[in-house]
Amino acid sequence: MSAEDWQIVWFTAWVSALSTVVILPFGLAAGLLLARRDWPGKSVVETIISLPLVMPPVATGLLLLKLLGRRGPLGALLHDTLHLEVVFTWLGVLVSLSIMSFPLLVRSARVAFEEVNPRLEQIARTLGASDLRVFWTITVPLAARGISAGMILAFARALGEFGATIMVAGNIPGRTSTLSLAIFQSVQMGEDGHAFRLLTVSVALAFAAVWASEYLARKKRALP
Amino acid sequence: MKLLLRNICLPLTQFTLEVDVEIQSQVTAIFGPSGAGKTSLLDLAAGLRRPKSAVIQLNDRLLTDTALALNVPARSREMGYVPQDLGLFPHLSVRRNLLFGYKPARNSLFSFEHVVNVLEIESFLPRGVTDLSGGEKQRVALARALLTAPRLVLLDEPLASLDLKLKAKIIPYLRRVRDEFQLPMLYVTHDPAEVAALCDEVLVLERGRFLRRGTPREILDEVLVPRGFG
Repeated sequence: MSAEDWQIVWFTAWVSALSTVVILPFGLAAGLLLARRDWPGKSVVETIISLPLVMPPVATGLLLLKLLGRRGPLGALLHDTLHLEVVFTWLGVLVSLSIMSFPLLVRSARVAFEEVNPRLEQIARTLGASDLRVFWTITVPLAARGISAGMILAFARALGEFGATIMVAGNIPGRTSTLSLAIFQSVQMGEDGHAFRLLTVSVALAFAAVWASEYLARKKRALP
Repeated sequence: MKLLLRNICLPLTQFTLEVDVEIQSQVTAIFGPSGAGKTSLLDLAAGLRRPKSAVIQLNDRLLTDTALALNVPARSREMGYVPQDLGLFPHLSVRRNLLFGYKPARNSLFSFEHVVNVLEIESFLPRGVTDLSGGEKQRVALARALLTAPRLVLLDEPLASLDLKLKAKIIPYLRRVRDEFQLPMLYVTHDPAEVAALCDEVLVLERGRFLRRGTPREILDEVLVPRGFG
């Protein structure tokens, strides 16, 4: 593994982790709302959140490209107000990974919140706790394993993202190249040995993430 | 203590809870068969359910008045609630369960040490609540409610999950709490033995309405035992 390869591994790992952190508050809020509230149009919101799971990633990437490009509605706004370039930068990678892994986190968080006994939250209120305190001291700790499993799944999904990332961020060595993009490029250039070395690292990272998720889920099932 | 439950109207699945009553006894049993609306009534008093209409007042404090759109939230009602499943937080130790709603230095009667001593739970404090036996859990749940220094204690079939032997062990603790803290209690049960052992007055609830009220002896002798509630 060359220094460039390790840079790709490091970049992929930290931007995947960052995307998981970025989507966490939104994923928790969406999961909680879907688990606990009914409102008109809820099924539409659920469907929109799940779309990146079922749409071709390249199609999602194309939508993001049009939205975040310098002439896109959001891209122009970000450029004009904050002087931010998203497309073909590491921010493009971050946005792509976040959008593609968001549904996995929301689904896990929703199930985790649904499994928290609302009676415990009610009793906490009779003990003088505010809604915020109930959320942080009762709801989140009781849903923690499910949320953690969702975060790991989201992280693993981000590690392997390809289609949306290549559309939005391209494959610029040293700037936006991730493990998946580098593997694809190596195969395209006939550097199979290089591709397999990156593949090994990729499998190890994904295995560790999914195994950790399964481990947490097993611990959750074993709870009395 | 004076608890007013006036003009209560709460539609439930099979009937409507309709209650209009003033309660002044120290320990009042809400007695009736399963599904009579007993838990819903406690939930209303605790502020956990929104009635269609109601005026709820504890002593001189108005807690709910739907006509005035007034509904004091559960956290500010100063009621200690022990639900049927006890509602102990499984991720917290006994000590942290007890400290969750503890209001220190408000009244020495309700100090942590005193409550823990009265209910004899000091040895459980470091343990997880999932490691406790049924009777131990009952005492911890009761202690947790008392540590909020409540003005009224709501007990929802607190002994329902215990066998006769354990019930006999826990009832003296409930008596001790009643006598030591002199707190008014609403005690939901369908067990005549608990009524006889603990309560001063009985209100009989069936399908959302109070059918009768009286002393435990009057009610148990005249109405309830032959009908075999439970």
